[in-house]
Amino acid sequence: MSGKIWVVVQHRDGKLHRGSREAIAAGQALAAEIGSAVEAVILGSGVESLAGELAGFAIESVRVLEHALLAEYTPGGYVAALAPLVRSHAPAFVISPHTYQAADFLPRLAQAADGALVPEAIGFLRVEGELQWKRPVLGGKLHARVRVKGEGVIFVSIQSGAFSADSAKVGSAPIQREAPALDGSQLMREVLGFERATTDQVDLTKADIIVAVGRGVGGADKLGPVEELARLIGGEIAASRPVIDSGWLPRDRQVGSSGQTVAPKLYLALGISGAIQHLVGMKGSSVIAAVNKDATAPIFKIATYGCVGDLHEIVPALSQVLRERAG
Amino acid sequence: MKIAVCVKQVPDPEARLRVNREGTWIDEDEVPFVLNESDEYAVEEGLRLAESTGGEVVAFSLGPDRTREAVRKVLALGAARAVVLTDPAFQGGDAMATGRALAAAIRKEGVDLVLAGSQSGDQGFAATASVIAGELGWPHAWLVMGVELEPGNATMKIKREMEGGVNESSRLSLPAVIEVQAGINHPRYASLKGIMAAKKKEIAERSPADLGLDAAKIGRAGSRLETVAVALPESGREVVWIEGDAAAMAKALIEKLQNEARVLR
Ligand SMILES: Cc1cc2nc3c(=O)[nH]c(=O)nc-3n(C[C@H](O)[C@H](O)[C@H](O)COP(=O)(O)OP(=O)(O)OC[C@H]3O[C@@H](n4cnc5c(N)ncnc54)[C@H](O)[C@@H]3O)c2cc1C
Repeated sequence: MSGKIWVVVQHRDGKLHRGSREAIAAGQALAAEIGSAVEAVILGSGVESLAGELAGFAIESVRVLEHALLAEYTPGGYVAALAPLVRSHAPAFVISPHTYQAADFLPRLAQAADGALVPEAIGFLRVEGELQWKRPVLGGKLHARVRVKGEGVIFVSIQSGAFSADSAKVGSAPIQREAPALDGSQLMREVLGFERATTDQVDLTKADIIVAVGRGVGGADKLGPVEELARLIGGEIAASRPVIDSGWLPRDRQVGSSGQTVAPKLYLALGISGAIQHLVGMKGSSVIAAVNKDATAPIFKIATYGCVGDLHEIVPALSQVLRERAG
Repeated sequence: MKIAVCVKQVPDPEARLRVNREGTWIDEDEVPFVLNESDEYAVEEGLRLAESTGGEVVAFSLGPDRTREAVRKVLALGAARAVVLTDPAFQGGDAMATGRALAAAIRKEGVDLVLAGSQSGDQGFAATASVIAGELGWPHAWLVMGVELEPGNATMKIKREMEGGVNESSRLSLPAVIEVQAGINHPRYASLKGIMAAKKKEIAERSPADLGLDAAKIGRAGSRLETVAVALPESGREVVWIEGDAAAMAKALIEKLQNEARVLR
């Protein structure tokens, strides 16, 4: 196969997003598989040092798209800067980390460049010579293999954790700068500022033990036994997103991609299915004990200990054991 | 303001799923279908905006015949009418093919704003509404946690979720496509009166020909992505299963956490 692999990286506040390194690792692995080369692409304003950092990977080159209008990310800016380049250079693949930012612009870029879109890939494989991509479906309960039909650039976003950032090979690459032609009318939205969504009064990152509940708990009125368990075991209460969205617990208790990232010694997951957006916030926990009535729930794929059963029975039983131990 | 809300029916997240005999998708006959979670929030946001501007909500859905149930629910909640794309030619598409078809249906209605959920619970492309925006040539925003119309209704201030609990606030001009994130509001329940009224509301069917769409550009035929197989995820680390009734599991788990994992004193 001809055509290069472009990796469009994400950065903020002068730092590369961790997913950027994972996407580079994915690009390198794909390049080795199909016999191609990787180019990193970075958009922004004043990103010299980040370009330098990217030049330290084993890739063919770093393409820097510099423009004052790219200082702040906007979907319009990214699409307007990238679409003409993608059209003229026709890379085989454009890869980016599957971040909130990529999900915002990549579909429109793919559309503008008349390409195919493979969102949230977790790997690729060759089946009888054909390249196929794996991606989670149905909230991660199943993994699908997809093939891409037809001609044209293939846009792929790489799910967090699917490729290891540490496996990205180092090297030395030349940097080339380009100034895309942009004007303010293309940005699609005007960024006004940033703010914290929560007050973060509860710092879950310092907790040694976290007792986390998911939608499986069934309601705010059913939290009593969980609170008692947390007290007895000396842990902080946390929750998956639906619990917060339903107003059963305040938002500063949310663990996950849009909540806090925690790494306690013990994470007790009660009635949590284990969607990727939750897992990224807690998979660094040393020991994960999961209680779920569904033995096929994805949470069991990363759990140390698994209890298949009804949390409304197991939680009081756990409290009972702890009470007996305390004497 | 005339507001389009795009909704989809997905398998109930609580349902046990079985892979079909061909291994290409789940056995759909065996699962209950529900309104996609983030779409429920989009419907609520649409109804609120319609109420505050004296406008109306028109529901749009692409799916097989059963999609009418999902749409009926949206009508019961307060949408004025619905447009459904249930022709087999529309089915089985990727985000591009589905977005193209929905955009054509929306264009015909002439709306000021499109709302949709940010991600579906089945395919989870998180891209269809962005494609609708691209087709219409409108601005869009993914993962919106707050909307506020500005005087004149020509622009809107939005809050967009970013990773790690940060929100971006920004402004875009209408018409636009807003992809709503769960938690933006508290969706209402349908009243009995609403359910009764919904029975009389129009659900218009549109065919590819009605929308001037080439059958080769929509549905499975118009998709670049094809699902070859689905399977249970492979295990990362091996879980230690704790067996027995609740009391026995509790005892065994605490014992292991204390003496094996040493995370409890
Ligand atoms: C952009 C984006 C960002 C997101 N950010 C986050 C985030 O930061 N954090 C987060 O958590 N999610 C986030 N989500 C949502 C995420 O995708 C999932 O929807 C969510 O994590 C699911 O929560 P859950 O596991 O509690 O609920 P469900 O997926 O509904 O799972 C409930 C589980 O409980 C089990 N159960 C039910 N009843 C019982 C019982 N009686 N006893 C035992 N088990 C029971 C069920 O078997 C099921 O596995 C985000 C989604 C998007 C699109």
